[in-house]
Amino acid sequence: MDNLFAARSQMAVSLAFHIVFAAIGVGLPALMLLSHAVWLRTGSRAHLRLTRAWSKGLAIFFAVGAVSGTVLSFELGLLWPKFMEVAGPLIGVPFSLEGFAFFTEAIFLGIYLYGWGRVRPGVQLASAAIIAVSGAASALFVLSVNGWMNAPSGYVPGAPGTPPSIDPVAAMTNPFWIANTVHMLLAAYAATAFGAATLHAWRLLRDPANEMHRAGLRIAVGVGAVAALLQPVSGDVTARLVAERQPAKLAAMEALFETRACAPLLIGGIPDEEARTVRGAIAIPCGLSLLARHDPQATITGLEDIPEDEWPPVAPVHFAFQIMVGIGTFLAAVGAWGLWRMARRRPLHEPRALLWALVAAGPLAFVAIEAGWTVTEVGRQPWVIYGIMRTADAVTPMPGLVVPFTTFTLLYLVLAVVVIVLMRRIALAEEEAPAEDEPEGFPA
Amino acid sequence: MSAPDALAATILAVLVIYALLGGADFGGGVWDLLARGPRAARQRETIAHAIGPIWEANHVWLIVAVVLLFTAFPPAFAVIMTALHIPVTLMLIGVVLRGSAFVFRKVDPRGEGGPSGWQTVFAMSSLLPPVMIGVVAGTVSTPVLGYEDGVVTGGFLRPWLAPFPWIVGFFTLALFAFLAAVYLTLEARDEVLRADFQRRALASAASVAALGVVAAVVARDAAPELADHLANTGGGRLVVLAGALALASSVAALLARRWFAARAAAVLAVVLVLVGWGWGLHPWLVTGAVTVREGAAPPVTLRLVGWILAGGSVVLVPAFAYLYATFHGRVLFPQALRRDDDAPGG
Repeated sequence: MDNLFAARSQMAVSLAFHIVFAAIGVGLPALMLLSHAVWLRTGSRAHLRLTRAWSKGLAIFFAVGAVSGTVLSFELGLLWPKFMEVAGPLIGVPFSLEGFAFFTEAIFLGIYLYGWGRVRPGVQLASAAIIAVSGAASALFVLSVNGWMNAPSGYVPGAPGTPPSIDPVAAMTNPFWIANTVHMLLAAYAATAFGAATLHAWRLLRDPANEMHRAGLRIAVGVGAVAALLQPVSGDVTARLVAERQPAKLAAMEALFETRACAPLLIGGIPDEEARTVRGAIAIPCGLSLLARHDPQATITGLEDIPEDEWPPVAPVHFAFQIMVGIGTFLAAVGAWGLWRMARRRPLHEPRALLWALVAAGPLAFVAIEAGWTVTEVGRQPWVIYGIMRTADAVTPMPGLVVPFTTFTLLYLVLAVVVIVLMRRIALAEEEAPAEDEPEGFPA
Repeated sequence: MSAPDALAATILAVLVIYALLGGADFGGGVWDLLARGPRAARQRETIAHAIGPIWEANHVWLIVAVVLLFTAFPPAFAVIMTALHIPVTLMLIGVVLRGSAFVFRKVDPRGEGGPSGWQTVFAMSSLLPPVMIGVVAGTVSTPVLGYEDGVVTGGFLRPWLAPFPWIVGFFTLALFAFLAAVYLTLEARDEVLRADFQRRALASAASVAALGVVAAVVARDAAPELADHLANTGGGRLVVLAGALALASSVAALLARRWFAARAAAVLAVVLVLVGWGWGLHPWLVTGAVTVREGAAPPVTLRLVGWILAGGSVVLVPAFAYLYATFHGRVLFPQALRRDDDAPGG
């Protein structure tokens, strides 16, 4: 395995792992806040148990997210020191802000988790709200960095021997910033909510009368459905920005080799980079022009007009985009089904087909997040800073990177298994908790 | 003070806070590992109780330090992360395992009470980060890392596989363990447990002193500039002398069972160790490779970061104070502890 590939693989594994925990760290506080508020208003025991189960989950996901995020902040330098030398003074600004958001989140998570019976109920509820807001703020700042790598505003390389001219504020407020943030936040809320729905639906298949799981499913489906139904709008805005700023990425997403007006939208298909064709795709005439430019006759740049050494890997980006859109459509449909039942005051624990669809929705939603992230980051290749620095020029000279890559892969695999096992144990333990228990907090 | 110097001093201040808070959490892991005898379970309980609500917030200081480093001094970050890839990676593995195991132990419904596998992982992995942080701090104090045009000279092993970095590594571990033991004398809920941590504090203070002397001797050859700045300048001598006095005062206060005085002196000793290191290292960030002045980011970035730090502190300081008052209010001031000890069932 060559060093560049090992470095990219280690970064990919670290991000693929962290993004799950980061998304849940953004989404779960919102669910917990709703459940906690319902409990305080109504005194519903089911919502108390649900809040406790979710907060234990949050304790795990936040801690693992925090440590895997720490790893990433160092890996930026461990793997891409030359990128950081150029980018540090720019992306350090949003990262510094993110540091404070993260501080706030960690402080109030401590107060929330250990505050049962120690702080006033209003303070605890406010802590949950602060966690939810600061989690979203963290996403805002991290996505600014991601946006800058794709649309590097505020950076003008100097002539040889002279320093570049930089404007960190312009870099932070790059064109992708807000669109990416909205897309990621909606994805985080949808994936977390459907992830929770998976757990509750799976238990309701066995025990349809369980009040805690019914309560959990209502909140999860409500939040997940709204996020999933809004996501296509956000996706449309993002795709049009990509069309404008990163034609190579858009062409790879749609496996469009030929520059043309009335470009078709491809569904499925296997791109062949050598032959510059796509096999087995369903083509919707003028669909891509319509979506990317809101004009069926608009001309879309194909890969043929982009130097081949600036192509992203076409097949992975195309597949990832298809997966993301396909799953997103499924989630919106399941969410709409759930909302429709709730609007007519029908229970969500039947029919069983809905429960099975929800069991499938959670894992699929996280697959969609991974796929969407693949579209953004693999679609950015071969650049680490789009149009300015190639990934290959940023990698560390440190030899033998296959060793840390293997180490972190194994470490994260073990942690992933442990987290899944623990979530199941926590759900089962809350089901069996005695009915008269008081909210005194967790055992020390 | 120039803007780069102010930013470097800020990073040092962040590292001081990290040592005092996050460092002590790792030290708690050391005493969890070494818990022995009939009170082992209660010692571990005291440690877990002390760390529980605060370790994640404490940990953020490390991230702030690294973010400030790559924002304000990108070449220093690049050279450290390149040349010291291996010790930094080992530190990260410790960070991941420690944090994960600690929270797994807390939420695992089957893990309540009694030692579990998580507890062992937590305790063992607490050793790695302090040693590796010390190794990194030791290596950047020695003139072995070269850096020219984005290329690191000096190799990836030789610079840190030397005696001095490892002496600093174990010194750091001893220092964090000492700090934790001193804090735990106040966290302990009764006199017997307090005496346990008193003994541990005294033993680790002896290790800190011994390793400190060894480091000073070895530094003359290994880190000549650092040694020179500390031994031959007025400020350097003052910091070293004050640090030694603070450590001695902490020991004296421990022997006299004056716990709050012992903690204040221990905190002062740790502050002085880090201030002394910063004093000795200046003007370098990485000895022989990157200086504070030449390594600094453009002024616009330094200015923005200064504003962000000032603005962020307005939010951060009250929030941190509230966190500590809520969970450690009992041990923040002597009056509160006395009240609590007098209270029935406290």
